[in-house]
Amino acid sequence: MNKTRFRWDFWSGITLLSIAVFALFLIYPLFSLFLSAFQDPTTGSWSMANFAHFFERKYYYQSMINSFSVTTCVTLLACIIGTALAYFMTLYRIHGRSIVEICIVISLLSPPFIGAYSWILIGGRNGYITRFLAQYGIDFPSIYGFAGILLVLTLKLYPFIYLYVAGAMKNIDSALIEAAESLGCSGMRKVVTVILPLILPTLLAGALMVFMNAMADFGTPMLIGEGFNVMPVMIYSEFINEVGDQANFAAAMAAIMVLITSTIFMLQKYVVNRKSFTMSSLRPMQTGAMHGVKNVILHASIYFLVALSMIPQLVVIYTSFLNTSGSIFVDGYSLDSYRTIFESLGTAISNTYLFSTTAMLIIIFLGMTIAYLTTRKKSWLTEIIDTLSMFPYIIPGSVLGITLLLAFNEEPLLLSGTAIIIIISLVIRRLPYTLRSSSAILYQLSPSMEEASISLGASPLRTFFKITAVMMLPGVMSGAIISWITAINELSSSIILFTGATKTMSVAIYTEVIRASYGTAAALSTILTLTTITAMVLFFKISGRRDVTL
Amino acid sequence: MSVAIHIDNVIKRYGNLTIIPGLTEEVHNGEFFTLLGPSGCGKTTLLRMIAGFNSIESGEIRFNDQCINDLPAHRRNIGMVFQSYAIFPHLTVRENVEYGLKLRKIPRDEMKKKTDRILDVVQITEYQDRLPERLSGGQQQRVALARAIVIHPSVLLMDEPLSNLDAKLRIEMRSAIREVQKQVGITTIYVTHDQEEALSISDRIAVMKKGEIQQTARPHTIYTRPYNVFVATFIGHSNLFRGRITRTGSSAAVVFNDGWTLPMQGLSSEAADGQEVIIAVRPEEFSIQPAGQGITCQVHSQVFLGKYINYGLTFPSEMLVEGQAAIEYSQDLGHAEQILSVGDTVTLRPNPAKINVFSADGSHSLMEGVVRNE
Repeated sequence: MNKTRFRWDFWSGITLLSIAVFALFLIYPLFSLFLSAFQDPTTGSWSMANFAHFFERKYYYQSMINSFSVTTCVTLLACIIGTALAYFMTLYRIHGRSIVEICIVISLLSPPFIGAYSWILIGGRNGYITRFLAQYGIDFPSIYGFAGILLVLTLKLYPFIYLYVAGAMKNIDSALIEAAESLGCSGMRKVVTVILPLILPTLLAGALMVFMNAMADFGTPMLIGEGFNVMPVMIYSEFINEVGDQANFAAAMAAIMVLITSTIFMLQKYVVNRKSFTMSSLRPMQTGAMHGVKNVILHASIYFLVALSMIPQLVVIYTSFLNTSGSIFVDGYSLDSYRTIFESLGTAISNTYLFSTTAMLIIIFLGMTIAYLTTRKKSWLTEIIDTLSMFPYIIPGSVLGITLLLAFNEEPLLLSGTAIIIIISLVIRRLPYTLRSSSAILYQLSPSMEEASISLGASPLRTFFKITAVMMLPGVMSGAIISWITAINELSSSIILFTGATKTMSVAIYTEVIRASYGTAAALSTILTLTTITAMVLFFKISGRRDVTL
Repeated sequence: MSVAIHIDNVIKRYGNLTIIPGLTEEVHNGEFFTLLGPSGCGKTTLLRMIAGFNSIESGEIRFNDQCINDLPAHRRNIGMVFQSYAIFPHLTVRENVEYGLKLRKIPRDEMKKKTDRILDVVQITEYQDRLPERLSGGQQQRVALARAIVIHPSVLLMDEPLSNLDAKLRIEMRSAIREVQKQVGITTIYVTHDQEEALSISDRIAVMKKGEIQQTARPHTIYTRPYNVFVATFIGHSNLFRGRITRTGSSAAVVFNDGWTLPMQGLSSEAADGQEVIIAVRPEEFSIQPAGQGITCQVHSQVFLGKYINYGLTFPSEMLVEGQAAIEYSQDLGHAEQILSVGDTVTLRPNPAKINVFSADGSHSLMEGVVRNE
């Protein structure tokens, strides 16, 4: 009688605003991309020619096979390493646990391509180890191609699995384990029949994140892939290829890629929904100690793994202080590289902070209000918003970049080349982190808190800002910092959207590496890494936690 | 200003599911009114409709003469105490209490006076600068009460406010709430599923089942003269026997199914000669008699409770209403001349002045003067 009547208030405004944002900057660009994928580049008529072109030439479809094989291998390897690490870190006493954990998070949040670039410095054709071994006539195996991508991406992405699975392990009530033991189940059997099934839904969620990240990664294969072409690189090079009108063909490839990622996404959702259950542990499992040789091996393996993941950061920091001469490092240390970047790339640094901070402010506002809409004001409209907000998970950065560029290249929506378009892409891509953490904390807040405020005479809007928002803030901020960290490290969409005036640090590092100015690249990377670490320390302070959930 | 509340044929639906199919009730000005019922009976739903957190599909709720159906919750001037207390964790005790006053733009010194007074009434003055997480359950409860009362609401609504407290604190808070309510004189609607709590605290109780009010009456009436079998068995325990009415001239009696006849007064004129009825006897309404002067049964269990002994009884099944978990006799130890043991055969006489007689379907009482709404 009166519930269904439409009331024009703040929340209906926010509902329309968020739908408008998603429609304008996500749906419309994506839709125009798909349309152009079905258009013949020369005649403009509808055709499947672009797709036929892709599947006819091995050069093209091989990239799809490559992407798929390397992504699958990375996902499997990351799952094995991450799960094993989480298992041992949860159940056994590890010396220096907190340092290990912090290193793991740092390697996860560092710029993606820094790994590739440092491994080239270490094991590339002119790398430290390669040269060192060459003195003794030993050939170091090539780090380029499939193996290199696998190494770099696995080391970068296993922390996802670790964080997810370690979280799930903490939620396993020790009573479950004791129940299994009381029934005569122990050792490996216990792991396989009780622990693994309990963490499986979480493991699958982590695996999806790894798969999506590995599939969409642009920087790593671009730097270290060499002849081993993968789809994001192929899309990028076809798109920026000025010869002929390749936009339609790139669009077709992007469409194929989105099709693959969304299929994987649905498949994972389907499996997880059938297997999902909730756990909350009253008494988490106790950590025990391992003894003797086993203990030494355990510690050695964990330290080795962490060292391996930290090497890229350390190499970068070290080389940033080396003297350079052209593209090669020479003896002696100085701050020359830093001097150079502040002279010639100062705007890239200020751009990075400006863009990502602006994006973060927008993300905080949208994240809080959309989270409130989708958890407290459920309706078919907010249901749509909830679904739309998941889209960025399945759209690779380079694809999003292309769609935005294609959609906003003409009057009246001429945004290409502006800072606005980069900020928009950051907001769309990084909103989910803040949104998820905001919804998570909202689910923990009892609605009666809001009702109490309303019953005392505060209007719903006032209640939101005075009570709900204040209590949401810790959750929102911890998500916002993750959004910000991933925004300053963003490469795959910015590389397509930037122009001279809107260059960011990530883009600058990439172009410096391509130009073989390793010194300046290292200095920029160091600044980025230190910023990331500072932000993370802030994150741990604000959230009062010792781990990150994504 | 406290108000009377008129609930006029209200309906609550969730999709196709009707939670409250049309409910009418009056709550008097200044009254302590309790909604009592098993979980899922719609009592909280009704409370939240009055508060404005649930929509009203049909019908009308009025505060005095003002219809509040379309008035948003924050303009209804209600005070609400929640089951989870809902104390704002980021505000101190004093700030929690002041929250509603600030919204009403009360001058500073008056606000301080009001807050001081209410903190004193609920006895939490010494904790006023603490954050809520450092308070015990009972103290949080007092903050919630103070916060709701200090704004001088038209109505005070309480949703199972004591259910999260331990037994001893519950009894203590019960009298505290009652005292504060009388002192301030606010119309109060209180929701609970605890019958002892309801009986001890209320001016009137409405017993609810499946979204309908079964009986509204003073606690004493609810217990001694229940309107139907549901109320008789939900509030306290009632043993239900099958029987019929006999009338000879001006005198009336109930006949149990074993043939024993108990003369009764106070049956309503509706109870006709030969009519099948349900006879409800509470465990304390029996007395032990010589054989032939009551109904005969066997003792199958005995539980010693200090002041009382509870006996579990076995009757021939044709004497009883089917589906009863237990037939009980509770013997007051102060007046017990004879202690029974398991296996004994005993003759018990129900007290005709106390017992209740209902129509055979259990839908209403056949006692004189018993009404659904007192």
